[in-house]
Amino acid sequence: MKPLIVLPAFNEAARIGRVLAGVRAAVPEATVLVVDDGSADDTAGVARAAGARVVRLPFNLGAGVAAQTGYKVAVREGYDCVVHLDSDGQHEPADIPALLAVIARREADVAIGSRFLGGADYRAGALRRTGMGVFGFLAWLLTGVRFTDVTSGFRAFGPDVLRFVATEWYPTDYADADVLITLRRAGFRLKEVPVRMYPRAGGRSMHAGLRPVYYVFKMLLSVALAPLRREALGRKGS
Amino acid sequence: MAELTLHQTVFALVTSLLAFVFVLELVRRRRLREEYSWLWLLTAGLMVLLVVWYRLLIVITRVVGAVTPLNTLLLCAVLFLFAIAVHYSMIISRLASQVQSLAQELALLSSRVEERPR
Repeated sequence: MKPLIVLPAFNEAARIGRVLAGVRAAVPEATVLVVDDGSADDTAGVARAAGARVVRLPFNLGAGVAAQTGYKVAVREGYDCVVHLDSDGQHEPADIPALLAVIARREADVAIGSRFLGGADYRAGALRRTGMGVFGFLAWLLTGVRFTDVTSGFRAFGPDVLRFVATEWYPTDYADADVLITLRRAGFRLKEVPVRMYPRAGGRSMHAGLRPVYYVFKMLLSVALAPLRREALGRKGS
Repeated sequence: MAELTLHQTVFALVTSLLAFVFVLELVRRRRLREEYSWLWLLTAGLMVLLVVWYRLLIVITRVVGAVTPLNTLLLCAVLFLFAIAVHYSMIISRLASQVQSLAQELALLSSRVEERPR
């Protein structure tokens, strides 16, 4: 298997070095690709110095588009697996092999790192827990799969999924519950894997100010529309 | 059913015709693309038609249950403005997706240029 580790990064110069060192230690043989989402700081330089390949988007396009840029690289250059993790240190690089193993053993097409599964301990605020519960319930209604962590951005895609997310629609931001629902309805197999997650070490959170309100609106809309969309219908392997 | 007064007729006619000519002029000067002009021309053209062909306006007024023909004219104008606004939102969404794909392509190409040994 030829895995590509994708880390979208926006103004993470202060934190990404440590994350990349962790990735290097966890999967020394894998190619690491940092997609710099139009950062104003030296994220790209720090990443290059740490030995990662860097692709720089000309302006900020959102985490989803940055991730999809990585998937496009993977498909074009013949990688058959992508592990996606955040560049701010929230995800534990040592858990990458566990996600890769699920894809390598063909247990599933998508491996999702869950912070609530198994021995993982992660404490979230009440509001956040409620929201995750609601989206988990909706995802279960629409897919029949009980996800413990629908908002997880720590995941691995196998080759068929990669072709799907690189060429088809992919949301610009907040690519979580609706992606799972779309992939499930497109016929892919999804599996959760216990991982460790940490609170942010600083920097700009995705969930600040009025963004949570928009987030809930966007998720409800796309979760409601996901089953009605064309791309959800049996595109697997086509 | 109240007739349109001469005053109202002339005003509606002049406004619609002016709008029609203005849009045509923009297209002529290539300030507006043909593909984005058709809804505007349709709107202005229909307004002219409704004012000139008074019987049609009366029929529509009965159908929608408006009180006066002038209300029908205003209703039509609002509906068309709504259609045009939605049309533009669709165009903007398409442009946003295209810009997004272009930005990704540019990023991939420039990374390959940078990685090439000089």
